[in-house]
This record gives sequence, structure tokens and C-alpha cells, in this order.
Amino acid sequence: MDFSLAAQNLISPPVLFFALGLFAALARSELAIPEAVAKALSLFLMLAIGFKGGVAASEHGLGLDLVLVILAAVALSFTIPLIAFAALRATTRISRIDQAAIAAHYGSISIVTFIAGTAALDAASLSYPGIMVAAAAAMEAPAIMTALFLARGKGDQGAPAGQTPWREVALNGSVVLLIGAFAIGMATGDTGYQEIAPFITDPFKGVLCLFLLDMGLVAGRELRQARKTLTPALLVFGFYMPVVGGLLGALVAALIGLDRGGIALLSILTASASYIAVPAAMRLALPEAKPSLYLTLSLAVTFPFNLTLGIPLYIMVAGWLA
Amino acid sequence: MDDPKTFPKKRLSIIIEAPFLSRLLELLDSLDVPGYTAIPALAGKGQSGSWRRDSLSSEANKMVHVLIILDEEKVPGVLEALRDVLERQMGIVTLSDVEVLRPDLF
Repeated sequence: MDFSLAAQNLISPPVLFFALGLFAALARSELAIPEAVAKALSLFLMLAIGFKGGVAASEHGLGLDLVLVILAAVALSFTIPLIAFAALRATTRISRIDQAAIAAHYGSISIVTFIAGTAALDAASLSYPGIMVAAAAAMEAPAIMTALFLARGKGDQGAPAGQTPWREVALNGSVVLLIGAFAIGMATGDTGYQEIAPFITDPFKGVLCLFLLDMGLVAGRELRQARKTLTPALLVFGFYMPVVGGLLGALVAALIGLDRGGIALLSILTASASYIAVPAAMRLALPEAKPSLYLTLSLAVTFPFNLTLGIPLYIMVAGWLA
Repeated sequence: MDDPKTFPKKRLSIIIEAPFLSRLLELLDSLDVPGYTAIPALAGKGQSGSWRRDSLSSEANKMVHVLIILDEEKVPGVLEALRDVLERQMGIVTLSDVEVLRPDLF
């Protein structure tokens, strides 16, 4: 087993800054990043990753492989909530609506985990297809549909028809920026890239560090609540579900013929759980589901796991399958 | 000097989750409401636990406060429309008496 990859990831500046934030929050330090700054940092990261993905895609051209990757990504986003839901049904006693809401988070994606994954691939000198950014954007919403279907259930135990926020989900800020920046990157290609490279490439890792510091703070605060809300079965779910999703994603990626970087990234996407778009959608569509369960699981358990151990694991598995 | 004259109105206060704000405002726009003001809430505690704005990753759980000043006769219609929409959402709706200086604005 390739432990050097895991070690290299654990002592990389972004992960260490995340750990710093986590520590600061657990120690109840006053350290905080203003909300507007955190939002700007995430916009920068999405603009940069979307644009770079578009430039890379313009160099390789788009063809059937793009369609195939997007279709696979969408299918995975639809399917993974079914697995998550079945696992929660079998192991926990939380309500059906809570199970469905949690399942939606695991089928959808965390773009920060994806970005951290690209940084880890860069650090390991592994390339990846630019179209993976488009796959990431395509995976945000389908899981929500599956979860709403699951939440309804049979008879009267399910949720009443909710106010499904299709417009909010489809035009959610991160999807618009990722797809938009991807399209601009494709349209302007290498010339465009040269023009803004000093802005989006050199500061990228530093901004990622600052953003992950904030994520550490947020996750740490969430973790302080975890003892009150998470049962052992739920806690364990937060660790095994990303691995299950990640392996499924890796297998599908290998089947459609992606290279090692592509397999790793699809695996990272399927392993990651949403904590921005889906929680907001769930508040509208399934207001009875408890945010303390899905946010804590996704943010305080699965995100730190993926960032530290998951990403090197998925990159390693991708190496075996490629 | 005489006290300035004031006029009775009703104040409808709605504390609602941030993801729901745009829908609430669309609803208010469609009703006969003279105006409203939305204010971000910084922190809170209720049945679902406590939260602080700066420690949240998502719009979920963030709350906003919407204030509406209106004539008493418009209140039942607005409340009925709100009840249909807010039934399943977290939040607090209160109604109180207020006095305003310039009644023609509301």
C-alpha cells in the first residue's frame, strides 16, 4: 500500500491549515473568518477550477467522452442516495425523512473536497481531464430528486409533497459559476488562460489554505455538537459511506475508460457529501428533516475524513484500476 | 408643544430560514402589502438548538427577520397566505400593535 501518498497529503499545507482551524474551534479560540471573506474565497476557488477545467477541455477537445463522463456522473448521483438510504434503514432508527435527507447529501458533492483532490493530484504530479469540473457541477442536483422520492415512501409515514426548490437547485450559485467559468475557459482557451493565469494559478493553493482554515473552524464548531446529535451507527456511516461511494465511483470511472486522475476525481466526487447546496435545498423541500443530523455528518465527519485519509485512498485505488 | 400625532397600524414580524427568504418576498410582492424590510439575524436558539451566523457553512439554518407594517384590515388576508406557505417551515410569526407617524406610507 502506498502510504507515502497519504503522508504527503497529511502534511500538505491545505490539510494542515484545515487541522489548525479544527483545533482552534475545538479549543474555543476566537479565530474566525468573516462570512463574506469565506464566500469570496469559495467563489475564487470555483472560478479558478472551472476556468482551468474549461481550458484543459478546449485543448483536448470535447467528444463522446464528455457525454459519457457526464452521464456516468449523473447516474452515480441518482444511485448513491439509494445505497446510503438502504444503509441508514438497516442500521439506524432515525426517521425516514432524516434518512432520505442524509442520503441526498451523500449523492450530491462537495466542491471543496473536489478542489482539494485536484490539489493532491497536482502535488503527486498526476494529470486529470478538465471535463471533471463539468461532471462535478452535474452531480449537485440529481441526488436531491432521489431523496425526495425516497422521503415520500409508502402510506402516510413519508413526507407530504414539499416545496421542491428546482430553480434554486438548478441555478445555484456554485453550479452557475462552475459551468460559466468552464465555458469561458473553453471559449478563450490557452490565450485566455495566459491573460489571467497570475490571478488564478499562483494564488490558488494559498487561497485554498485560507478557505480550508475556515472549513476547519466550521467543522470544529459542528463537531462540538456531534456528541449530542450523532449515534454511533450514524457516526460510523459518516466514515464508511464515503468509501462505498468512492469505490463505486472509481469502478464506474474505470469502466468508462478514464485515466488515473479522472478515476481519482470521480471517486472523490462520489465519496464527498454536500454541505452547502443540499442543506439549503432540504430546508425547502424536506423541512422536517433535522439539519443537526445531515450537516454534522457531512461537515464534521465525512469532510475531514475525505480531506485527510479519503483523498489519498481514492488516488491509490485509482492507480490500481487505471 | 403638542405631542406629534401618531396613527395605529399593525406590525407583522416573520423570522424565517434564509433559504426561504426569496419565496417569502415573492409571496409578499404578490399580496397587497405596502412594503417590508428584511434583516439578517446573527444568532439564535430554539427547538432545533442554537446557531451562530458566522459558524454556518450554508444558507441552511441561517435565519432572517422580515418586518411588515400594514393596516389592520389587510392582516387576515396576509396571514392566511402566510400560513399556507409557512406551515412546514421553521420560524416565528408574530403580530403586534404599533403607532406610526406617517400613516399614508402604509
